[in-house]
Amino acid sequence: MNLTKRALMTGAAMALGLAASGAPVLAESHSEKTKVGFVYVGPVGDGGWTYEHDQGRKAVEEHFGDAVETVYVENVPEGPDAERVMVQMARDGADLIFTTSFGYMDPTINVASKFPDVKFEHATGYKTADNVSVYSARFYEGRAVQGHIAGSMTESNIIGYIGSYPIPEVIRGINSAYIHAKKVNPDVEFKIVWAFTWFDPAKEADAAKVLIEQGADVILQHTDSTAPLAAAQEAGGIIGFGQASDMSEYAPSPRVSSIIDNWAPYYIARTQAVMDGTWESSNTWDGIGPGMVGIGEITDAVPEDVKTEALALKDSIASGEYHPFTGPLKKQDGSDWLAEGETADDGTLAGMNFFVEGLEGEIPQ
Amino acid sequence: MDLSAINPVLLIASLMVAATAVMIAAIGELIVERAGVLNLGVEGMMITGAICGFAAAVQTGSPTIGFVAAALGGAALSLLFAFLTQFALANQVASGLALTLFGLGLSALLGQGYQGIKPPSTPRIDIPVLSDLPWVGRILFGHDLMVYFGLALVAAVWAFLKYTRAGLVLRAVGENHDAAHALGYKVIRIRVMAIAFGGACAGLGGAYISLIRVPQWTEGMTAGIGWIALALVVFASWKPWRVLLGAYLFGGVTVLQLNLQAAGIAIPVEYLSMSPYIITIVVLVIMSADKSRAPASLGRIFHATH
Repeated sequence: MNLTKRALMTGAAMALGLAASGAPVLAESHSEKTKVGFVYVGPVGDGGWTYEHDQGRKAVEEHFGDAVETVYVENVPEGPDAERVMVQMARDGADLIFTTSFGYMDPTINVASKFPDVKFEHATGYKTADNVSVYSARFYEGRAVQGHIAGSMTESNIIGYIGSYPIPEVIRGINSAYIHAKKVNPDVEFKIVWAFTWFDPAKEADAAKVLIEQGADVILQHTDSTAPLAAAQEAGGIIGFGQASDMSEYAPSPRVSSIIDNWAPYYIARTQAVMDGTWESSNTWDGIGPGMVGIGEITDAVPEDVKTEALALKDSIASGEYHPFTGPLKKQDGSDWLAEGETADDGTLAGMNFFVEGLEGEIPQ
Repeated sequence: MDLSAINPVLLIASLMVAATAVMIAAIGELIVERAGVLNLGVEGMMITGAICGFAAAVQTGSPTIGFVAAALGGAALSLLFAFLTQFALANQVASGLALTLFGLGLSALLGQGYQGIKPPSTPRIDIPVLSDLPWVGRILFGHDLMVYFGLALVAAVWAFLKYTRAGLVLRAVGENHDAAHALGYKVIRIRVMAIAFGGACAGLGGAYISLIRVPQWTEGMTAGIGWIALALVVFASWKPWRVLLGAYLFGGVTVLQLNLQAAGIAIPVEYLSMSPYIITIVVLVIMSADKSRAPASLGRIFHATH
């Protein structure tokens, strides 16, 4: 009980301190420190997507020490409210602002046009401007490895997939996982549920439970919290994967592997560029090879041969020898997409709005 | 499309689970509002209850102690609101919003170190014979105790408001606090008790999410359920049974739409996704076409001048 009381007191003290320090920050905006802002869609403790971005932010602080000051705002809804947060950051003297969710795309472009001297970096989008860069990771490379493990390990041949929003990023992941699951297991079927949220643990858990009730024994998720893994653990006999972060607290099972986003090197490089005055608008899209996408340890719950194959697949993607979207591939409606040996170009991938042949259900438009 | 993939028994069983958290929080807020106080801090109290309950359950290994701690945590936070609004006469809307923000921050702080821990599991009741009955066994006799507690709470609140003298006094305070005061009732004391009850219920609702429905601790994990509870009280016209109906509708359609999606039914997902909100609102609005109205003193500040 003592601990709780002390924590309460600390909380109250912090709340007071926060209120008191709000104003001076505004006044000190002309210091020589480079100020870097981060806009997060979930809480930093989500254990997934936002957690990893915040790890990147901490890496920036550690790397530059006193030369850089970072600020962040968490739980920012995708929409007009995001604009308000960005404007506030820019007014408070931020030199560089990372906006870390797809839905911040238009708000970022809008705010950037009002603050030409501030550099903006938008994650997972595709709209750029003179002072707006976009960056993302080729998560679909990791999805290929996941799909391989999922297809090999499912016994019911039903794989549940929790989608967030029907955006190219998520659709690429579904396609990539399906293609590679199908390769090792022609009978595999994907059941897809759209949660229409990035972060809502209760809803994510409900979605996982529904998929399990309908026969899925592998759960893939494209939402940000660890709730689907908790639901899988509760149900028993179900496997899943860490999403965006290692989520190793659920290893060795249900979490049998994971896709880990590693933003730190990118954040440090871009902050350095702003300090050096060499920052330019760019479009970065890195995968397993450059290390932006990591594959978390494949646990012993996975049979040895499957693990070996998965690692070989990972290595061939990393070296560039194999592209997860290699023909022959057809679209869902049966029309041809990629011919034998042809690989998908980045333009098509960036705007992907179709399922590949074999997937059922429509993409919400 | 394959509707046979949906198991109706499991569907009904899981809708009861999905509805319980919002129902318990809403029934607490109903008492608060019937006493004439508008506490918008439900979300903050829920999330605080979620972590208090989670931490206590993990430390002691007992979910029961967890739920008790959650109720205490929620009530303690609500007393902050009671102090601000009943003694310092602060604006209730602003204080309630502040309570939500404070609760979210406080819970994140308390929750440091609890991420990724599995709480002790709350067993489902298992009555020989009854729980094994086909269909009804799983639906009626196969839940954790909190599901029944929530239902009992609704019944108790209904009976309290309708049949007891204390319930009458509470309603009098909510309808006309000056008249109640003139009759010699302790308006402030009654309201503080109502607020504490609301806080305890919100805390229990929060703990239901962190201990049973998910079960884990994640920052901000209530993700707006407190606001749904608030809206539910209004759309239910401050009547306990309608809160139950609204919560089951909302929980039911939420689970059903996920089931339909997974079964690949050809209704556009956007409609399915918005359906819990729309159906709940429409049904409750139609039902409230009678003469129900808000407690007359709702949200007004009481100051005993004589």
